[in-house]
Amino acid sequence: MLLRLVRTYLRPYARPLAAIVVLQFIGTMAALYLPSLNADIIDKGIVTGDTGYIMRTGAIMLAVSFVQISCSIAAVWFSSRNAMGFGRDVRAAIFQRVGTFSAREVQHFGAPSLITRETNDVQQVQMLVLLGGTLMVTAPIMMIGGILMAAREDIGLSWLVVVVVPVLAVSIGLIVRKMVPYFRVMQVKIDEVNRLLREQITGVRVVRAFVQEDHEAARFRDANAELTEVAVRAGRWQAGLFPTVLLVANLATVGVLWFGGHRVESGAMEVGSLTAYITYLMQIVMSVMMAAFMLMMIPRATVCADRIVEVLDAETSVTPPLDPVTELPERTALLLEGVTFSYPGAEVPVLREVSFEARPGQTVAIVGSTGAGKSTLVNLVPRLFDATGGSVRVGGVDVRDLAPEVLWSRIGLVPQKAFLFRGTVADNLRYGKADATTDEMWRALEIAQARDFVEAMDGGLEAGISQGGSDLSGGQRQRMAIARAVIRQPAIYLFDDSFSALDLTTDAKLRAALRPVTREATVVIVAQRVSTIRDADLIVVLEDGAIVGAGTHDELLHSCSTYQEIVQSQLTAEEVA
Amino acid sequence: MSEKASQTQGAKTGDLEETERVDAGPMRGPMGGGQVGQKANTFGPSVKRLLARMRPERHRAYAVLGLTILSVLANAFGPKILGRATDLIFSGLIGGKLGQMLPQASTKAEAVRALRAGGDTKFADLVSGMDVVPGQGVDFDAVGQVLLLILGIYVAAALLSWLAGYFLNDVVQRTVFRMRSDVEDKVNRLPLGYFDKQPRGELLSRVTNDIDNVSQSLQQTMSQLLTSLLTVVAVLSMMFWISPLLALVALVSVPISIAITGAVMKRSQGMFVQQWRCTGTLNAHIEETFSGHALVKVFGRQAESERVFAEQNDELYQASYGAQFVSGLIMPIMMFVGNLNYVVIAVLGGVRVASGNLSLGDVQAFIQYSRQFTQPLTQVASMVNLLQSGVASAERVFELLDAPEEAPEEQGSPAAAADAHGEVRFEDVSFSYDPERPLIQGLSLVAEPGHTVAIVGPTGAGKTTMVNLVMRFYDPQSGRILIDGVDIAAIPRGVLRSRIGMVLQDTWLFAGTIRDNIAYGRPDASEAEILEAARATFVDRFVHSLPDGYDTLIDEDGSNLSAGERQLITIARAFLVDPALLILDEATSSVDTRTELLLQQAMAALRSDRTSFVIAHRLSTIRDADLILVMEDGSIVEQGSHEELLAVEGAYARLYRSQFDAPEDQPG
Repeated sequence: MLLRLVRTYLRPYARPLAAIVVLQFIGTMAALYLPSLNADIIDKGIVTGDTGYIMRTGAIMLAVSFVQISCSIAAVWFSSRNAMGFGRDVRAAIFQRVGTFSAREVQHFGAPSLITRETNDVQQVQMLVLLGGTLMVTAPIMMIGGILMAAREDIGLSWLVVVVVPVLAVSIGLIVRKMVPYFRVMQVKIDEVNRLLREQITGVRVVRAFVQEDHEAARFRDANAELTEVAVRAGRWQAGLFPTVLLVANLATVGVLWFGGHRVESGAMEVGSLTAYITYLMQIVMSVMMAAFMLMMIPRATVCADRIVEVLDAETSVTPPLDPVTELPERTALLLEGVTFSYPGAEVPVLREVSFEARPGQTVAIVGSTGAGKSTLVNLVPRLFDATGGSVRVGGVDVRDLAPEVLWSRIGLVPQKAFLFRGTVADNLRYGKADATTDEMWRALEIAQARDFVEAMDGGLEAGISQGGSDLSGGQRQRMAIARAVIRQPAIYLFDDSFSALDLTTDAKLRAALRPVTREATVVIVAQRVSTIRDADLIVVLEDGAIVGAGTHDELLHSCSTYQEIVQSQLTAEEVA
Repeated sequence: MSEKASQTQGAKTGDLEETERVDAGPMRGPMGGGQVGQKANTFGPSVKRLLARMRPERHRAYAVLGLTILSVLANAFGPKILGRATDLIFSGLIGGKLGQMLPQASTKAEAVRALRAGGDTKFADLVSGMDVVPGQGVDFDAVGQVLLLILGIYVAAALLSWLAGYFLNDVVQRTVFRMRSDVEDKVNRLPLGYFDKQPRGELLSRVTNDIDNVSQSLQQTMSQLLTSLLTVVAVLSMMFWISPLLALVALVSVPISIAITGAVMKRSQGMFVQQWRCTGTLNAHIEETFSGHALVKVFGRQAESERVFAEQNDELYQASYGAQFVSGLIMPIMMFVGNLNYVVIAVLGGVRVASGNLSLGDVQAFIQYSRQFTQPLTQVASMVNLLQSGVASAERVFELLDAPEEAPEEQGSPAAAADAHGEVRFEDVSFSYDPERPLIQGLSLVAEPGHTVAIVGPTGAGKTTMVNLVMRFYDPQSGRILIDGVDIAAIPRGVLRSRIGMVLQDTWLFAGTIRDNIAYGRPDASEAEILEAARATFVDRFVHSLPDGYDTLIDEDGSNLSAGERQLITIARAFLVDPALLILDEATSSVDTRTELLLQQAMAALRSDRTSFVIAHRLSTIRDADLILVMEDGSIVEQGSHEELLAVEGAYARLYRSQFDAPEDQPG
């Protein structure tokens, strides 16, 4: 997954990537050239006592150092740009993909999880790509270059390098392989320990009320002990890593002096090469270390990449039609025919064979118990979900055949949770209608009974709204959300329990103000309060996902026992009578 | 809000705090170089306190210290001894050469004299500084002995440093383990007021992010800081021992490195701030769009949202590659400084060897030292940052650990807990959360056993506070509360609470199955009992339409259930416990009225021989209560039955006439 993600999204950066490789190659070779020049100082300068040669070679070394740093800096520049560009592109891809999701996929992943994937997980992978450009590219170059340069100094001793590198790689590999699974488990355990602590804090009242402190403490103790156990094991292996690398490197140095010494004695090798060899070995060891460091980052990035790819690969359950209908009449009826909805794996469907029609100018109310499927029903109209059976028709066309933009442009949705966007009051209204004038805005606010409090807000239409609208009361948020729908002048209004936080007087005023505006429109209201829906043209009573009654208030009072119970539960005896 | 980079979250991440955390996560890489949030206020004492927490592991800690010193020393001697081997080889080489050039010279002095006589003063200078016997080649016995010695030293050094790391890891992990345990313990002993006053995200961040940060920075700094510091000292000493002149030259690189690193850090600081700012803006947009997903779609704002996203995403890109570039410069620059150092030593050392003032082996050793020297210096620089952020986190954890705890239990009379009918009596109770703003004053009331007492009144009237007092989440400042004649202050909290069933407006469920959540108060409940509770509370009705029925996992933020469904589950949870006293605080506010009525009938059996307190905005909920208390500003303004109160034409009647629902301007 990680590889696939990186390969796909690094493709546009092939050229800078090539530049990085070239630059790092030159830089690394320059770094490797230094010990060789040093060897020359020893062999040609020191041994012959030629101070001038020493100085001249020193100057060359200086120049080589400059080449090296120039290349390195350029490489860092390109890799920063690449990695950050990669991150930007992946973020954009996820954002677009989530944009295609239906409510079902969002529910499946959970909005918080999607947010984490889009932010945190992308960052992790991006970091790997960044280090990849600096460390992952240099490590092999350094390794191969070091071997070549060492061989150039003295081919006879290069077997030593050929032995050392694999020995080092294998020993690091063994330790890392032992360590990595522990680190994986450790991350899971950390999350678990943190989750338990979080629950203890957010649920402190419940924990104490049910006297479950000991139970919670025991759960935590176990999780904490498990975490520590894993961390200790992982840490013990990790503790061995650096000493092992150092030991192998040091043993190799000793080997250079012993075997090299004999070659110097026999005249096959110059004494300066000994020093150069030792330096090369150190550089090679360093590069193997860097590679190991990268390897340790990979597991964590892999988990993140998996989570990202999971989102990118998720198909929306609500696919736009291939040959969409883009024409709809001005006034559109809403027709549900045998609509069934059920979650995969559920025993019982949420909605069963629901049929009713709402014509333009009509108000249809939906009432029923908690969990009866009212919200689900509303969400089927704008295709936040797709029905698993039957059809939902708008203006005679199945919503699944309509171009989504056309469908949505006809709908004014007021969701159960009155979510507002960060910005101003006006920004939120423009959400409903992008080119709304000030007059239109005030008009919509007035209908929604929101004019008074908006006027009282500092700045009026330009007053700030925080994310989600958390600085407004529940009732104010609902009225803002209603204004946002009203300003669209849609053909179909969907009010999903949108009056619950309003007091009766406001509720009544609002409905009265809505009446003239919605005269031509189709209105669907989900509500709890009988007073809210009493005057509806059609009241649909849902029970366990099926219709148990449909008709006007008066009809249902006589014919539908569920409806009677609902009414009974709200009005005093004398009011019913 | 958290000030440090966030952890990778597990696959299931939850509540709002979680996303806040994401929001705060700056892009911090191993070489990020960016300063991590606030600095520790009182660095010294906090470090001491952190170290003091390792007390139980002190023996191991001392062992670590000793082992580290030994291993650093061993490693430091390595190059010097290795240099002797090089010298032996070089001497042998020169000796051999002299033997060919001047076969008659048998001592070094003779050879030097002969060389000078021949006019080869330069070579003479070199030879004069060496331990050489003309005509004698490399003494491999001596070389072998030296190499064997060094082999032993290296093996020992590796073993020592491995042991040091091994024990250090134990020390750190156990210390962190204890810290976590202590924090969890503390959470259980803190008074509820602490949780209510602290912003929740803040508190959560302390117990998760901060402890993680302490753990990580301890782990990384403890081993590296110690080793690095000791190595710098040891290597420096060795360098001065070999050649004070070269050592001084090498030392020049220290201030240069520090100056360059400092300058780069300073520049990158501003860029990182910019990067975090952009990250924050972008994350806020992402959070908003994903949270309001349905609205964005239905209002046809997808394109607009994507445009804003693209803009902010690009801004972040612009800001971050600059920051990453500048901070990424540190490594190449340090390498460059190291290389300069290397060049200078190679040249100067070369000249000094040529003039006979230094041996070749020493130059070789010196080059090795100078490499070992710059590396730990850079490490120390980055460690300091890490340490500071770790100590700042530790301080925040200490603050939590130092918070005042709940008053200890009086070893009261558990006998009072025995079979009770639940007469609840408030006697002149006064309480306020904030001394400046008195809330409940001189409240007295009696709830007869088996009666249902309803409490109504506007938001802020003190209704929930009464629940808090009965549950002993808070203790009254004066007056007393008696259950069956026993002051609850004398009943251990656990015993008291186990007899009360409480359902709150805030429907807290833990991440687990619906079944487990129902059984929370009675983990030993049988399947039949759980099902019975679920049926009685209408949970059973909606459970079957969920993907896995009773095994459906509830998210941490419960997004897969409606508010009403969550409330029903919490009621089932209380139902299963079968308590002596029942408290329902807005327990059915999100449940529809008909289900509520059915629920009430089902609960009537449960309530018949129990005292119940019911708090509700919806007056329909409480119409049948035996006693209705109307509260305003912390005191009871009216009491009586529904009919009586309506007849009085007072506050209750007004409330009733304004109809069922709440004053709408209740924030949140």
